[in-house]
Amino acid sequence: MSRKAKYNSKSSNMTGAEMLVQCLADLGVDTVFGYPGGAVLPIYDAIFKQNQVRHILVRHEQGAVHAAEGYARSTGKVGVVLVTSGPGATNSVTGLTDAMMDSVPIVCLTGQVPTHMIGNDAFQEADTVGITRPCTKHNYLVRSVDVLCKTIQDAFYIAKAGRPGPVVVDLPKDIVMSEGKYDKAGSSFNNSKHLSYNPQIEPDPSAISRAIEAMQKAERPILYTGGGIINSGPEASVLLRELAHKTGFPITNTLMGLGSFPASDSQFLGMLGMHGTYEANMAMAECDVMVCIGARFDDRVTGKLSDFSTGSYKIHADIDPSSINKNVSVDVPIIGDSVRIISAMLEAWKTQGNKPNMSRSSPWWKKIEKWRSRECLYYKQSDEVIKPQYAIQRLHELTKNKDVYFTTEVGQHQMWAAQYLRFDEPNRWMTSGGLGTMGYGFPAAMGVQVAHPNSLVIDVAGEASLLMVIQELSTLMQHRLPVKVFLLNNEYMGMVRQWQELFHGGRYSESYMDSLPDFVKLAESFGARGLRASKPADVDKVILEMIDTDGPVIADILVDKETNVYPMIPSGAAHYEMKLGPDHGESEESADGGMASV
Amino acid sequence: MSEKIERHTMSVLVENEPGVLARVIGLFAGRGYNIESLTVAEVDVVENLSRVNLVTTGSPMIIEQIKNQLDRLVPVRTVSDLTAEGSYVERELALIKVVSIGEKRVESLRIADIFRAHVVDSENDSFVFEMTGKPSKIDAFVRLMEPLGLTEISRTGVSAMLRGKRSL
Repeated sequence: MSRKAKYNSKSSNMTGAEMLVQCLADLGVDTVFGYPGGAVLPIYDAIFKQNQVRHILVRHEQGAVHAAEGYARSTGKVGVVLVTSGPGATNSVTGLTDAMMDSVPIVCLTGQVPTHMIGNDAFQEADTVGITRPCTKHNYLVRSVDVLCKTIQDAFYIAKAGRPGPVVVDLPKDIVMSEGKYDKAGSSFNNSKHLSYNPQIEPDPSAISRAIEAMQKAERPILYTGGGIINSGPEASVLLRELAHKTGFPITNTLMGLGSFPASDSQFLGMLGMHGTYEANMAMAECDVMVCIGARFDDRVTGKLSDFSTGSYKIHADIDPSSINKNVSVDVPIIGDSVRIISAMLEAWKTQGNKPNMSRSSPWWKKIEKWRSRECLYYKQSDEVIKPQYAIQRLHELTKNKDVYFTTEVGQHQMWAAQYLRFDEPNRWMTSGGLGTMGYGFPAAMGVQVAHPNSLVIDVAGEASLLMVIQELSTLMQHRLPVKVFLLNNEYMGMVRQWQELFHGGRYSESYMDSLPDFVKLAESFGARGLRASKPADVDKVILEMIDTDGPVIADILVDKETNVYPMIPSGAAHYEMKLGPDHGESEESADGGMASV
Repeated sequence: MSEKIERHTMSVLVENEPGVLARVIGLFAGRGYNIESLTVAEVDVVENLSRVNLVTTGSPMIIEQIKNQLDRLVPVRTVSDLTAEGSYVERELALIKVVSIGEKRVESLRIADIFRAHVVDSENDSFVFEMTGKPSKIDAFVRLMEPLGLTEISRTGVSAMLRGKRSL
């Protein structure tokens, strides 16, 4: 019997490795990001013998997880990772933690030493389930080939159900080498109810009516929405738009929620939080009814907790009950999926014959317009040096009509990207929010590009972050992934330097990037294209050339070295105490109070 | 936030699989919650379930967090905050060793009788008492044994259950 016929027969003996790969294919997995090693050799052998599942070879396991995150966040599907035991597993920990914090559905398959060697300090052995327990939603050690497929199916269900997250399946080498029966029809593909994990999807109607009652009476309402809208699927964004228009409420998004509501809509106040807009933070501070959907009152959003929006009636809708009443005590908790919650809100709003109760001529909107008129994102343009804000603005202008996806690293460039790129659709913006992982964006962009081979994928990067993961340029070349790196190069760890300037007396301890490579030559050494802009007049030309290049590009944009990100809620300050910065005539004096806060 | 610190007893039904206790304990350690007492044993062989009883302290917001965080663990079937749900019984078993002779020895036996503690081991100069009761009763017994030659205590931690016909 040929191998193909063997796979297609309804029930047959296969090795665990063959079962695993077939199971992935049957679950609809088309791509796995991974790196081989001793404990997973049988799995790589099974991958070699088939063509249903594509394997993308990365250059470091952390990159594999971030790539899977980019794949997952741009498609809504589960991202899949395959790494070996020991160092392969430990190298994936940063990516798993990142996915945990930002609720990204990932299944990470890790090799393990054979079961009889577990606990003996075998070569490349690590207690993977022990190490990854706190940084995964759940993890499994497969102890028998008979439960292998069931475990894989379970892992995909857990990764996706409720609040998504990463799941590790640890696979001892003897298990994937032993033979078992693969029976697609007989396994639980049509998921019957899970025994212990069944998140609440439908919101409680009485909570919805309490929320609607408050929303009807609101004089100074605000919608505050986050990544939960995006995780709920594109329908949630459509519904959110309708809710905003039907109520007339102003709306702000978290860093993770950008794109869930169109930035071009006049009701959009921009991002909120530490580097959010002045109008968004002031509206949060002074609102009387706050409607939070799919966000979690992160410390970057609230600022000093005891001064956070003290006068407002708070409605908090989330799929994860543990997100509610964690940092901020709320008046109306609603548990459920965003799509179901917003639908229920809309229905209740409409059946009661409500018109938008927030017209643009209301006192509340007038107040908001006054805050808006401060133009908090204004900056002083220069003819000589490239302002980083200008570079991002031009990048937005020259790509806004294209099919484009953006990822970022972590730091100043990330905040400028969040402020000046404007998203009208969900799933177009991938950034490391919760964990703040430098080196996220470049591999994430690879994953996005794999999922969207014909789209423009741009990693807005800083030079310090990029150097943490630069080896993945080799992956891009091998798999012909034309990712563009838009590198805001200021030769500093910019955000570290900014905090040292503001909170540590300007002592720039170890934040200067000495001995930087020539990024143009670096790109060329991998066979990619390198471009450089050193004057404002070069920026457009470089961007257009970058877009027009077929393969990967590093565009080295030499920006003003000591520009700070504004507006800013200084760490430890209340969210209404925003600093607009020197371009608004404010001083940049350092404040000692912020030193102790993160 | 100066919220009142409360003491809560919770019962958690978990799937009896390797590492499940590590998940529960890791959650408490990782998030800085208190554990005053924790017991665990298999209670349902057919369904393969274990019951964890735990006593914890925290502000009302923290207690709510603990319950929700426990509920979020995949192998957790149900979490019940017995203190919040109303009336429940709470029992603990203790073994208490008292080493003494003469008057003290007689006195320890007399008090044990009052507390309905049983003697489970006896030599000329020592007793091991077994007693079951509320933790506060055990505390009281231990306090009385201290001057009478108390040398060792072993306590199981709290086991608890709702009163009446309601079940977990």
